[in-house]
Amino acid sequence: MIRLDNVTKVYARGARPALDDVSLEIERGEFVFLVGASGSGKSTFLRLVLREEKATSGRVLVAGNDLTSLSNWKVPALRRQMGAVFQDFRLLPNKTVFENVAFALQVIGKPKHHIMTTVPDVLEMVGLAGKEKRRPHELSGGEQQRVAIARAVANRPSILLCDEPTGNLDPTTSLGIMRLLDRINRTGTTVVMATHDDEIVDQMRKRVIELSVGEMVRDQSRGVYGSTR
Amino acid sequence: MRFQFILSEIGIGLRRNLSMTISVILVTFVSLTFVGAGILTQTQIQKLKGEWYDKVEISVYLCPRDSSVPTCADGEATDAQIAEVKQILDSPEVSPEIRSVEFESKEQAWTSFEENFSDRWWFSEMTVDDMNASYRIKLTNPQQYEVINEVLTGRAGVEQVRDQREVYEPLFNVMNKATLVASGLAGVMLLAAILLITTTIRLSAMSRQRETGIMRLVGASNFFIQLPFMLEGAIAATIGAGFAVVALWFGVKYLVQGWLETSMDTIAVPYITTGDVLLIAPLLIGVAVILATISSIVTLSRYTKV
Repeated sequence: MIRLDNVTKVYARGARPALDDVSLEIERGEFVFLVGASGSGKSTFLRLVLREEKATSGRVLVAGNDLTSLSNWKVPALRRQMGAVFQDFRLLPNKTVFENVAFALQVIGKPKHHIMTTVPDVLEMVGLAGKEKRRPHELSGGEQQRVAIARAVANRPSILLCDEPTGNLDPTTSLGIMRLLDRINRTGTTVVMATHDDEIVDQMRKRVIELSVGEMVRDQSRGVYGSTR
Repeated sequence: MRFQFILSEIGIGLRRNLSMTISVILVTFVSLTFVGAGILTQTQIQKLKGEWYDKVEISVYLCPRDSSVPTCADGEATDAQIAEVKQILDSPEVSPEIRSVEFESKEQAWTSFEENFSDRWWFSEMTVDDMNASYRIKLTNPQQYEVINEVLTGRAGVEQVRDQREVYEPLFNVMNKATLVASGLAGVMLLAAILLITTTIRLSAMSRQRETGIMRLVGASNFFIQLPFMLEGAIAATIGAGFAVVALWFGVKYLVQGWLETSMDTIAVPYITTGDVLLIAPLLIGVAVILATISSIVTLSRYTKV
């Protein structure tokens, strides 16, 4: 599903690479934690997969596309196969919960009847049934993140990328979000989650990839947050 | 859905930047009014020139049926008199000065007269017999008007020899300078319009960075992301162009047709009409749309990268 072949990413000429000769493969349906200190290259990894950045050298393959040679106009089609969730939720403050999720479908040209049936389903799946008309500021942090997840999976992507989705949430709420992500993963969606949250990683016992100053230092199935800590 | 969605996005954008939108409308309005005024002045010059002005320097008007000029005492110029004038023009003394001669019959004169003045109140009192037949002469050297004037003025059958440029040149001079001034102002205002549209689109794009960020993330096409911004600029500019057309239309209607034509309607001069304004309307609107599109493409390529 996602494969990196000797990928190096250097942002500015002469600077230390953000990713240094990383090779890894993530299979369809896997759940992977991406751990490592700030600046270790987790976000760069996600940005490369989203094709927000291009690799300086090496090959990035996502869902059968070689991103190193993918032309710009094909990028939107690639991103329609992916969902992304962030620490800061990135919701639209003046749209309701329903509208926030519908927005993601509207802008890729989905027909109205499709949106009217899909959005309630997805909102129910993430546990927000009955809160369709609320605005983001009327929701708790956990609920806002659920809206963001609903938006990310509304188009049934095969990959869900999460950049510290629990970073702003308390442990109990985080646990709820993790259960939701796990549930999404069980439906066949590949989930890649960058995180600092050791408790969650230790609890979930999924594959753990650890990055340190741009290099992959650990790839462990059913791993824990850190052996070096 | 798509169409409706884009429309609502445009609506939001235009309202959110209302003051900028209004300034874009006003600036395009003023600049295109100047552009239009310049074009209309040139149109007026073309109308005044008629079909002969650029082709000839001298018109030799032959006697019409009723004329008070002494050389026309015998009535309309006869074929013999007409032939005689032609002979003089072809004679070895005069012909080196002449590049070309064309004869316009009174019927031909009537046709173009009818075209220009059929809507004036005095037109019904005119007939084809009030027209002059004429020789239209182009000189080898345009300064040599006097040569022709000397040999032909005072001849039987010749009513008047007229140097066209002497009459019209000063007037055209003023009008051409007015056109230059209008073009200069139009240029400055158009530049201001481009800068304003660019700034407006940039502001609009920045104020909606959240939205466009999400759109990119979920895989909306570039075109879909940029279209609302482009249309925003284009709509504002088109409204401005619309105002310019309306202003020019009223200008011509009340200043030219309402005032010039009624206060000086005995002079046989064709004026521009509101029809001429409508003719240049598509051009003005086209300029506005092109202006807005170019400035938005330039701005957006920098602001909405994949």
